[in-house]
Amino acid sequence: MPKLIKGVGCPYCGSSCDDIEVLVSDDETKILEVHNACIIGTNLFHHANDPTRPKLPRRRQPDGTMKEIPYDEAIDYMAKTMLAAKKPLIYGFGSTNCEGMSAVARIAEKSGAVLDNCATICHGPSFLAIFDNGYPSCTLGEAKNRADVVVFWGCNPMHAHPRHTSRYSIFPRGYFTQKGAMQRTVLSIDPRETDTAKLADVHLMLDQGHDYELFDAFRTVLRGHDIPDVVAGIPKETIIKSVEIMKNAKFCMIFFGMGCTHTDGRNHNIDAAISLTRDLNEHTKASIMAMRGHYNIAGPGQVWAWQFGFPYCIDLSKGTHAHMNPGETSSVDLAMRDEVDCFVNVGADAGAHFPIQPVQHLKKHPFITVDPNFNMASEISDLHIPVRIAGVDEPGVVYRMDNVPIQFRAVIKGLPGVPSDEELFNKVYERMCELTKTEPIWLAAKEDRRYPESEAVI
Amino acid sequence: MASGEMIVKGGFIIDPTRKIDGDVGDVAIKDGKIVDKVGSSAKVIDAKGKVVMAGAVDVHSHVAGPKVNAGRLMRPEDKFISGFCRSGMAQKNGYRMESGFSIPSVFKTGYDYARMGYTFVMEAAMPPLLAPHTHEEIHDTPIIDEGALPVFANNWFVMDYLRKGEVENTAAYIAWLLKATKGYGVKLVNPGGTAAWAWGLNCLSLNDPVPYFEITPAEIIKGLIEANEFLGLPHSIHLHQNNLGNPGNYPDTIAALKIAEGFKARNKFGRESVMHSTHLQFHSYGGEGWKDFCSKAKEVMDYVNKQKNITIDLGCVTLDETTTMTADGPFEHHLHGLNHLKWTNVDVEMETAAGVVPYIYDKNVTPNAVQWATGLELALYAKDMNRCFITTDHPNAGPFTRYPRVIKWLMSKKAREETIATMKNSDRMIGLTNIHTMDRELTLFEIAQMTRSGPAKCLGLGNVYGGLAPGMNGDVSVFNLNYKDLPKDAEKIETALQRAACFIKGGEVIVKDGEVVSHGHKKTVWVKVAMPENPQVTRDVSQAFTQGTYTVDIRNYPVREYLAPHQSVIDVNVEA
Amino acid sequence: MATVTLKPTKVPELMFEGYSITPDAFAGKTAAQIAELPGHEGKIHMKLGDFFEVSGNAGETAADTDIVIAGDCTRVKYIGARMTAGTVTVNGNADMYVGGWMKGGKIHIKGNMDSFCGIQMEGGELLCDGDAKNHVGCAYRGDWRGMKGGTIRIKGSAGNDIGTFMLGGTIIIEKNAFIHVSTHAEGGTVVIKGDVEGRVGGQMVRGEMYVLGKIKFMMPGYKKVDTVEKEIDGVKATFDHYIGDLGERHPKSKGQVVYANLYLKAAA
Repeated sequence: MPKLIKGVGCPYCGSSCDDIEVLVSDDETKILEVHNACIIGTNLFHHANDPTRPKLPRRRQPDGTMKEIPYDEAIDYMAKTMLAAKKPLIYGFGSTNCEGMSAVARIAEKSGAVLDNCATICHGPSFLAIFDNGYPSCTLGEAKNRADVVVFWGCNPMHAHPRHTSRYSIFPRGYFTQKGAMQRTVLSIDPRETDTAKLADVHLMLDQGHDYELFDAFRTVLRGHDIPDVVAGIPKETIIKSVEIMKNAKFCMIFFGMGCTHTDGRNHNIDAAISLTRDLNEHTKASIMAMRGHYNIAGPGQVWAWQFGFPYCIDLSKGTHAHMNPGETSSVDLAMRDEVDCFVNVGADAGAHFPIQPVQHLKKHPFITVDPNFNMASEISDLHIPVRIAGVDEPGVVYRMDNVPIQFRAVIKGLPGVPSDEELFNKVYERMCELTKTEPIWLAAKEDRRYPESEAVI
Repeated sequence: MASGEMIVKGGFIIDPTRKIDGDVGDVAIKDGKIVDKVGSSAKVIDAKGKVVMAGAVDVHSHVAGPKVNAGRLMRPEDKFISGFCRSGMAQKNGYRMESGFSIPSVFKTGYDYARMGYTFVMEAAMPPLLAPHTHEEIHDTPIIDEGALPVFANNWFVMDYLRKGEVENTAAYIAWLLKATKGYGVKLVNPGGTAAWAWGLNCLSLNDPVPYFEITPAEIIKGLIEANEFLGLPHSIHLHQNNLGNPGNYPDTIAALKIAEGFKARNKFGRESVMHSTHLQFHSYGGEGWKDFCSKAKEVMDYVNKQKNITIDLGCVTLDETTTMTADGPFEHHLHGLNHLKWTNVDVEMETAAGVVPYIYDKNVTPNAVQWATGLELALYAKDMNRCFITTDHPNAGPFTRYPRVIKWLMSKKAREETIATMKNSDRMIGLTNIHTMDRELTLFEIAQMTRSGPAKCLGLGNVYGGLAPGMNGDVSVFNLNYKDLPKDAEKIETALQRAACFIKGGEVIVKDGEVVSHGHKKTVWVKVAMPENPQVTRDVSQAFTQGTYTVDIRNYPVREYLAPHQSVIDVNVEA
Repeated sequence: MATVTLKPTKVPELMFEGYSITPDAFAGKTAAQIAELPGHEGKIHMKLGDFFEVSGNAGETAADTDIVIAGDCTRVKYIGARMTAGTVTVNGNADMYVGGWMKGGKIHIKGNMDSFCGIQMEGGELLCDGDAKNHVGCAYRGDWRGMKGGTIRIKGSAGNDIGTFMLGGTIIIEKNAFIHVSTHAEGGTVVIKGDVEGRVGGQMVRGEMYVLGKIKFMMPGYKKVDTVEKEIDGVKATFDHYIGDLGERHPKSKGQVVYANLYLKAAA
């Protein structure tokens, strides 16, 4: 009898929907049907059935081909390579669980590595803005239950976060928003007429790269001062009208995306958005949120903040203290400046997502990929170690875009012999300790880290 | 817990639970517990000429969870100020890296508490929806036993039941939530005010109605005392009052304390209080504005002293650059308006909110100096030191690593006067406070009451923590202080308390000569209430998830077992 | 005065963190002792002697010590960082953090500098004959206490984030700058002698800015109040005087609201 598992978290976008229902085979090895998820989420589950999924590590041979090797050999190679490097870089973690992120930190400390995550090429500028200006935010339920004005600035959830608008932001009927979309005024600020912009009551099609000026104009108007007739291509009247809508809201929710974080000024665009949110709180209630990309990309920011005090770009090479300064200790900068001599890509695809030049620089040195699947990075790696898929055949905690921890479950049994990220990193750590003749430090983790067998089926 | 025997020999023992004040003697430990005696092969720890006390207990500290981490995340400069790294004894002995000053990393938190001889720390505010996060951090914090208090006073269920006068339903909900979050007790933060903050408002007085819920802070406090005593939980309600930090707030404070009048503690854990009023320093101010902002510690303590069913902790200002963080969302917004530093806010659906703002307590700024005096005065006016505990509301009034400095000020008038002498406006401060006229110097016995026996009893943990009687946990801290000849220079007291000569936890040596030598065996302590099922509460809770006021699935809400390793579960049985 | 000369002998494979290259660290030491001073290349503990040939002994104090680096330091970070007195001269390029957190003394870089030069500087003088990359005289991430004093003069151009969170001191860019000048600043003076792309004085509370060239995109929160004659860094001209950022909070001083001032050279 196939089993229907409810309340399953989806391993795709930062919405981290946990209302998915998955029908699995009686022996819990195959996913048969996926309900409630968006098309991308559905496919991610079905990918797990792919018979060609790698089951063994592969090591590049002198002739350039990849050859399957046992896990022990891969673990030994990874431990030795990272210990030998003067400054390894560990990057990724968009698509794994927090248990893995916590485990990798031990390796990073041991090998004097730089620990970075996908935020470095995504919402890293949002972190910089939070450092400088704070983050007046809320959980998504607050937006759902209260927000009557929703602003999408430089983001297009209709494509990037397919169920965001229906679960949290535009359509749902919340406690104080019983009329759903009817009750909400939607503003879109985007240089393109995206599908989200088409849904909006007001679309401000600003000149690309001038978000900062437009935020400043909003703030200037809010303080009762005059502005030029046109700012960033938007007429003064439209700006004044938009500010009035936000100011008169009962609860104004601002979502922002890569349109802000990756145009000129980057962190300053977010910084100004945060200032605007703060200013609005003098008039009404306002909140702001980053549209984080992956289902657990908020995770490394949390885990490493409690372990080292920094969310990303953490240089542990000194051994005595952690150092962080994006621009210096960020992955792409480190690569471009030839500051690292070993690269470990975990649960992400640096091969596809980095610009080509940093990849070329990184390829001068040992290049290791830890990922459940074949991807661009795995195919240019010296070593590819497959692991289980967090949220499909491995449970664990993930952080949704609003930093709400959601305890994901495994819906099927993992491939025999394939470890989780956490198990793999723990083994690499043990090997590093053997090689350096030091005692491993587990704290509470190792002793009591077992997943209840029955957890997968409710 | 370590097996085998150990004896701490020849120290000056201070143990208020047995009224021992400096007698020279031995403490024997077997299989992790204190025993009467051990065999001759027991491992000997020489404590001759040193002070021996139980492991200390912190009743209120923000050490793990979402707002603590929001503070860590938003403050890289807390690790690194003006080019100098504030971190890192670090890996000297092969331990995990340490980071941060006012909001230390989890590793530094565990190590630093252990270095000061602390064995149990209560995380003071856990948002229920984010409880897995709190437990993940507790899980990664070495050595110290920890519990966490979920916040209730702005929770929709609680406000709804109490508006209708349904104490039993409130109690059933508390029981469900404690189990779901692996929480320890009932925390109230700015009752009603934080709920109002979701619309950008606040409840400053006890009688301001909460928008939409039509209930007042006073009714929430009273209802939660009733529910807490109905259940007979180990800890009383733990109250962060309304109107925190504002000039002239002390009448509101006393009014809230008065709500406890007539209630009697009902529990099997030896607790006598029905209300713990936390970081009282922030609630003991007079004046109409910042110009005449003054201490009303005497007025507040006069009430506390005669009202035996109340316990308090100080929340002493340590005059450092620190990070304020509280579930009192509207207060943090207000504070940001005063100092214009960065502001983080997290409103949590259905439950609570939190804010974080960096703050510099500058001894040359008169209101800050007055706050410093107010915290110390509270302790110096206290009559029953078993009901008055040392905290800094870490990190709000200062980091917990300053406890030894607070103790120095409490034990030495000379040390207080030295600090006052360095203040630019010391005369104005003296005019607005009583500290300068107070000669009282607390004894180490009193300090042991305030940091060990008192808080342990108030948490209902007096049978295992806070004393050295046989049967209690084998947690012993040894300090380099000669009880018969305490140093004239109070700085030496601070130094000795900062780094224990030896700290034993569960019969295992954790700290030696001020340095961590073992990670020990930490526990997560939580309270599990067994009571007959309440169908209405079960239905109400499940509807909040299925009808979509929450945005997560109810199946993913309770904290899973593996996130809380080495649980120490306190069972409470409520009969039908 | 005593001069210590460092001659680069080897290019580091990664970057060399030369945090010991300051008159303060050198003071009272012989050439041989200086060669033993620590530095890092990644996680490897190195010595100055691994990358430089050291000649000449240092003076008794930092103030008595001049350091001359006779060659290129493109891959050396932290030159002159945290120094309090004395001088450092580099006859070539330097990497990040030149003169970061410096309190006194003088640094002269004859080539170009990378980012974060003069970060959170408190005093002294930093002169660069070439260009600087980004974050000239800015604050460390998250700190609201940026550059407090001293002078930074870049004879070439600079990138983005000049004087972020600046509280005092002077930054002079003799050629062009890209974006974000004096963002969040609450004091200090920035002079750009060439053109700026935009975002001049955004979220600025107070302080002064002078632009002698053109600003391509003006911040909407700035308002022209008058035209004034002024002399700045040896240039006398007519300036359009703007106040702002009107979108930002502003303190009051003696009953008057204090704004940031932008002086933009008037069109001829």
